[in-house]
Amino acid sequence: MVEMGHFALILALALSLVQSLVPLYGAHKGDARLMAVGGPVTVTGFAMIALSFAVLTMAYVQSDFSLVNVWENSHSLKPMIYKITGTWGNHEGSMLLWVLILSFFGALVAAFGGNLPATLRANVLAVQGWVGTAFLLFILITSNPFARLVPAPIEGKDLNPILQDMGLAIHPPLLYLGYVGFSVCFSFAVAALIEGRIDAAWARWVRPWTLAAWVFLTGGIAMGSYWAYYELGWGGFWFWDPVENASFMPWLAGTALLHSAIVMEKRSALKIWTLLLAILTFSLSLLGTFLVRSGVLTSVHAFASDPSRGVFILCILTLFIGGSLALFALRASTLTAGGIFHPISREGALVLNNLFLTTATATVLIGTLYPLVVEALFGEKISVGEPFFNLTFGPLMIPLLVVVPFGPLLAWKRGDVTAVAQRLMFAFGAALLVVLVTYLFIDGASVFAALGAGLAAWLVLGALTDLALKAGIGNVAPKVALSRFLGLPRSVFGTSLAHLGLGLTLLGIVGVLSFQKEAILVMKPGQVLEISGHQLRFNGLSPMRGPNFTEDQGRFSLLGANGQPFAEIVSSKRFYPVRQMPTTEAGIKTMGLSQLYVSLGDETGDGSVVVRVWWKPLVTLIWGGTLVMMLGGFVSLLDRRLRVGAPARRKSGQAKPSPVAA
Amino acid sequence: MTRKQKRLSVIAGALAFLGAATALTFYALGQKASYFYMPGDLQTATLEPGQRIRLGGLVENGSIVRGQGTQVEFGVTDSEKAVKVRYTGILPDLFREGQGVITEGSFGSDGEFVADSVLAKHDENYMPKEVADSMKAKGIWQETTQ
Repeated sequence: MVEMGHFALILALALSLVQSLVPLYGAHKGDARLMAVGGPVTVTGFAMIALSFAVLTMAYVQSDFSLVNVWENSHSLKPMIYKITGTWGNHEGSMLLWVLILSFFGALVAAFGGNLPATLRANVLAVQGWVGTAFLLFILITSNPFARLVPAPIEGKDLNPILQDMGLAIHPPLLYLGYVGFSVCFSFAVAALIEGRIDAAWARWVRPWTLAAWVFLTGGIAMGSYWAYYELGWGGFWFWDPVENASFMPWLAGTALLHSAIVMEKRSALKIWTLLLAILTFSLSLLGTFLVRSGVLTSVHAFASDPSRGVFILCILTLFIGGSLALFALRASTLTAGGIFHPISREGALVLNNLFLTTATATVLIGTLYPLVVEALFGEKISVGEPFFNLTFGPLMIPLLVVVPFGPLLAWKRGDVTAVAQRLMFAFGAALLVVLVTYLFIDGASVFAALGAGLAAWLVLGALTDLALKAGIGNVAPKVALSRFLGLPRSVFGTSLAHLGLGLTLLGIVGVLSFQKEAILVMKPGQVLEISGHQLRFNGLSPMRGPNFTEDQGRFSLLGANGQPFAEIVSSKRFYPVRQMPTTEAGIKTMGLSQLYVSLGDETGDGSVVVRVWWKPLVTLIWGGTLVMMLGGFVSLLDRRLRVGAPARRKSGQAKPSPVAA
Repeated sequence: MTRKQKRLSVIAGALAFLGAATALTFYALGQKASYFYMPGDLQTATLEPGQRIRLGGLVENGSIVRGQGTQVEFGVTDSEKAVKVRYTGILPDLFREGQGVITEGSFGSDGEFVADSVLAKHDENYMPKEVADSMKAKGIWQETTQ
């Protein structure tokens, strides 16, 4: 049974080799039959990897400790959900998930790429095949999840308790769907370079894939952030940890790509730049995979550090990034450059967006790699953390956020800033009001906090203004405005929602950074702590037993004005005996958009315990905002323009017409 | 302005922007990167008063002294030298004697290290990489078997 998974994986490698070469050769020779091989081979390869993954999952479900991988990372007493998610809670399994998702995207291109020109489709599938081949080789040679252990042990070594959480079910798959989703953009870019031809239609084909990957990556990062927030017990939502940066860089570059692809599609400009961004975005995804999987960084993600793995991924990295950039350097000049435009225009605004986002990506990249480089060259160990990013990333983001509401309101080709500024007067006035109200009426508000809240309001209101103006609200009869509003293209809603979500996230960040209250104290049972107007009573510690852990539960009550408890908070310290490892389970009570966060420290012996309590105002908006951004991306995906291949078909003579339901 | 001049001015603007960003990045790297030391390295290091560093090593056996409330003092040692660290707050789950830790903060006027964060991490045999590497370099590392 288990061997079947192993064989399926080897078969997938063979199929992947066919996928890498045959369609490419076919496209080169113009042989339709060879090109047609790509689709079925890709889909079959996906089926093989899916089978292999299913087999590994079964081994986890059945606690088959004859597999080294299962023995090292599972335990028969582990709850079933963590047995399943534990499949990818380790190096080998997570790499298998990586290629599973890669081949899934390949299969999607094969299934829904009917409206693509045959040669482009063949080349895209071939490039997907190259990436797949490289990573399948990596898994089979250095990280085989199906390695056996003889004799099979009776019991496993359990999964790292930190990972025994619902977060593991959601965060890695979403993150990989994003990371790996950008491989499709990469393949399209390399395919275009191979063909030496690129046009606006290319952008129309690439954009849905970019959008989908972006939506998933946004979700994956947000989920990771929330998971770290509640699981690590430090109450932070972002640590500028290298591993976080590894996922944030492709997100920034992908966001830039999303925007430049619009210019390319609408105005046939920025072609070469968009191509380069597509390559860079996936390169950053690969870099992230390297940083996280090679063990050069110590973190909860670095499951195992085997030097051969690091070297292997580094080779893959060099091959793909170097190769694609070399191809770019060689071929870019043969591509026709796009049109030029006035700097004050929608295109200009999007270029500005790209300038800021790519520069921000570069600062994050430098901050992340600098310590590694310094250590390699000089042997000195330094760390680059929050202070660095506050000083570099912050100043880059603020001006970008200030101009965001202008972008969608500017006309293509030649815009009028004054006219747009007039239309944004209301949003500006309201944002100014928010600044004043925050500063004057909220206790402890700094100028910075007030301006931050104003900026968030500016983003939200600017996004709404855009919708209102496009629907003509106030200019035409309400009925007409409503029908116009409903008739707006989905992509307009998408833009607006995404920008609105950005504002909400910013508001959450400002709320927490400026108005959070913290108390660290030793609490005796019965003691009441007052924090930000909330009365928190510590009721005492009680020992509990879970399926594979023991815990000390600290029980707290929130007291109402009458002194009666109206809500309970349980915060605990767990101990997982198999791994001899304690974890902290924070107790969180959501009130409106804010949260009260309670985390336990050491017991002091007499029944009292060290307690750390935070009041985190508006904190849920940080992740709520990202959900709105994701919704924006999703709505944009439903745009007719992206769904129906009609305009694309005219350009692609040989493609057979088929409905696309991406 | 002619078309060419316009183009040039846009390019010049973009370059100026990139230049400013680069300058800021390198300034920030110089100012904000914090260096890692083991207690034994401190004799030769020149630190400005209040300069933030990361101090790593093992928690000295028998050195943990709990003060009032959440204050705690402990020694960080690399077996050459020990440095007293003062910290207020919740210690990480895996903080215990003999455990590798990294503390971040600066030296107070009394020569004691005042930490505002203490890291020990997510694994039972976890040793911060910096600590492990430095101890290997000093030849005081013993491979432990789990």
